[in-house]
Amino acid sequence: MSATTAPAAARSPRGTALTAVVILAALGIPLVANSYQLEVLSEAWFYVLLCLGLNIVVGYAGLLDLGYAAFFAVGAYTAGLVTLKLGLSFWLSLPLAVVAASIAGVVIGGPTLRLRSDYLAIVTLGFGEMVRITVRNLSVTGGASGLVGISRPWLFGYKLSSIENYYYIFLALAVLAVVASHRLERSRIGRAWKYVRSDEDAARAMGINHAAIKLSAYVMGAIFAAIGGCFYAAKMTAIAPETFTFNQSLLILLGVVLGGRGKIPGVILGAIVVVVAPELFRDIGSMRMLVFALSLLLIMLLRPAGIWPERWRWG
Amino acid sequence: MALLEIAGMSLGFGGIEVLRDLDFTVEEGSITSLIGPNGAGKTSVFNCLTGFYRPRSGRITLAGGRIDRLAPHRVTRLGLARTFQNLRLFRELTAAENVMAGRHCRTGAGALDAVLGTRRHRREEAAIAQAAQHWLDFVGIPDAAERVAGSLPYGHQRRVEWARALATEPRLLLLDEPAAGLNTSEKEELIALMRRIRDELGITILLIEHDMGLVMQVSEHIGVLDHGRKIAEGTPDRVQNDPLVIEAYLGRDEDDASEAA
Ligand SMILES: Nc1ncnc2c1ncn2[C@@H]1O[C@H](COP(=O)(O)OP(=O)(O)O)[C@@H](O)[C@H]1O
Ligand SMILES: [Mg+2]
Repeated sequence: MSATTAPAAARSPRGTALTAVVILAALGIPLVANSYQLEVLSEAWFYVLLCLGLNIVVGYAGLLDLGYAAFFAVGAYTAGLVTLKLGLSFWLSLPLAVVAASIAGVVIGGPTLRLRSDYLAIVTLGFGEMVRITVRNLSVTGGASGLVGISRPWLFGYKLSSIENYYYIFLALAVLAVVASHRLERSRIGRAWKYVRSDEDAARAMGINHAAIKLSAYVMGAIFAAIGGCFYAAKMTAIAPETFTFNQSLLILLGVVLGGRGKIPGVILGAIVVVVAPELFRDIGSMRMLVFALSLLLIMLLRPAGIWPERWRWG
Repeated sequence: MALLEIAGMSLGFGGIEVLRDLDFTVEEGSITSLIGPNGAGKTSVFNCLTGFYRPRSGRITLAGGRIDRLAPHRVTRLGLARTFQNLRLFRELTAAENVMAGRHCRTGAGALDAVLGTRRHRREEAAIAQAAQHWLDFVGIPDAAERVAGSLPYGHQRRVEWARALATEPRLLLLDEPAAGLNTSEKEELIALMRRIRDELGITILLIEHDMGLVMQVSEHIGVLDHGRKIAEGTPDRVQNDPLVIEAYLGRDEDDASEAA
């Protein structure tokens, strides 16, 4: 029962070794991989960030969110607008995206998080679509064709533009997301998320303001996605509304549920699977999404708590 | 001095009247009980006190301040803690994590503190962990800390719920049928524990209980509810011999008998 905030992996020998191997391998990959493989893996790290963010909402707080891609869009469009329309530094878009996502989170979550979870699913789904349709119809966001020519960020006089650069950026974001999730999970607020998920009335009787706690989970999840969205915009230099569809929200949710809600290593694995698996099935052409969907269905039927083993705790 | 005062409290759901014009007082430092047949409205009184139900009328004051119309989490912050008639533990979390819940309202580190690992976060976490172990020790299950709450024996789960309530540092502890499902020796331990809570911690106790032997043994003051009305009140001796009380219990037995027939 120590109050340490170091990642759990650092506290058991097996966990330490495993973490070291994973990180070393991840760092070394650009030396051997081709650019297609780097694209896929960058996307995988990006999904680790998104899935860990959604895991706060779905895994820890137990809220069903079907519109999570909206917050990803908020981040991406903030970066696009800040650099393109305002001509400001990319780095400024990060705090602005955090603020924008927090406001969006409070506005949508504030009145709806009191709802039963099935209503919540519908409202969040509607919110996701609303954001997509709004950016599609506004001229400032470039309408259906989106924003093109977003400028690359500079770091220490160096312009971040190669796929290797973005591979490392998304790897770093994934690592930060793991550390943040891990610290949150073992904190006063993180436990409160789990109390509210487990038994809302008992949590209230313990002096926990359930509405505020749910909102904090929702906003924290939104912040993860918004930060990811900023870097996504920088990497792609072009963003369009069709990136932020319901399917996108669903895929992120799939990563969380597949890996195992509330289990960090499981969610990491789930995120990697939803990105990498369709690529592995690429050879079988048009059937690949079907094969992918069926395998996911099978896994979820066989392991409803996720693919990460229940007793194999990382730490 | 009265710690808790209920005055003219009525509660209803649609056409059903659950509590009618209830007056009741709990003296500071006492062990007071609320008894009555099933369905009399005892648990509903607790739900009103803790902000889960909104009475139609009446007022509730804790140490002179009104607590009716406050949300449950605010009532708890003001010093009222409860256990539930049907155990309401966070079953998939450990016993220690359950008890830590009680510290939430007495601590203040936010999400950002946790992410950045600030000193406030670290200091509070250490104190929260320590408090959790302290309360588990206090209720007599020091080794349960790392066990998943739902996997503990029933009697120990009850104790986790007590530890969790105590961790909120209440002035008044509400216990809803704590002896239900316990065997004789566990009941003895429960009585001893209640006395320690009152004598050592100075916490006032309001108890709902069906085990009359236990109630008569620990309570200094007893209120009797029947059909949402207070039909008697006083010392154990007085209540036990009150004809209305005897009738309420016997009357209900006849009802049960005729229903069963
Ligand atoms: N939320 C509710 N909605 C409708 N009726 C309720 C509700 N809560 C309690 N009641 C009714 O109030 C009466 C008293 O219940 P309760 O307070 O649980 O009694 P006790 O704890 O004395 O057994 C019962 O008839 C019960 O059906
Ligand atoms: Mg009851």
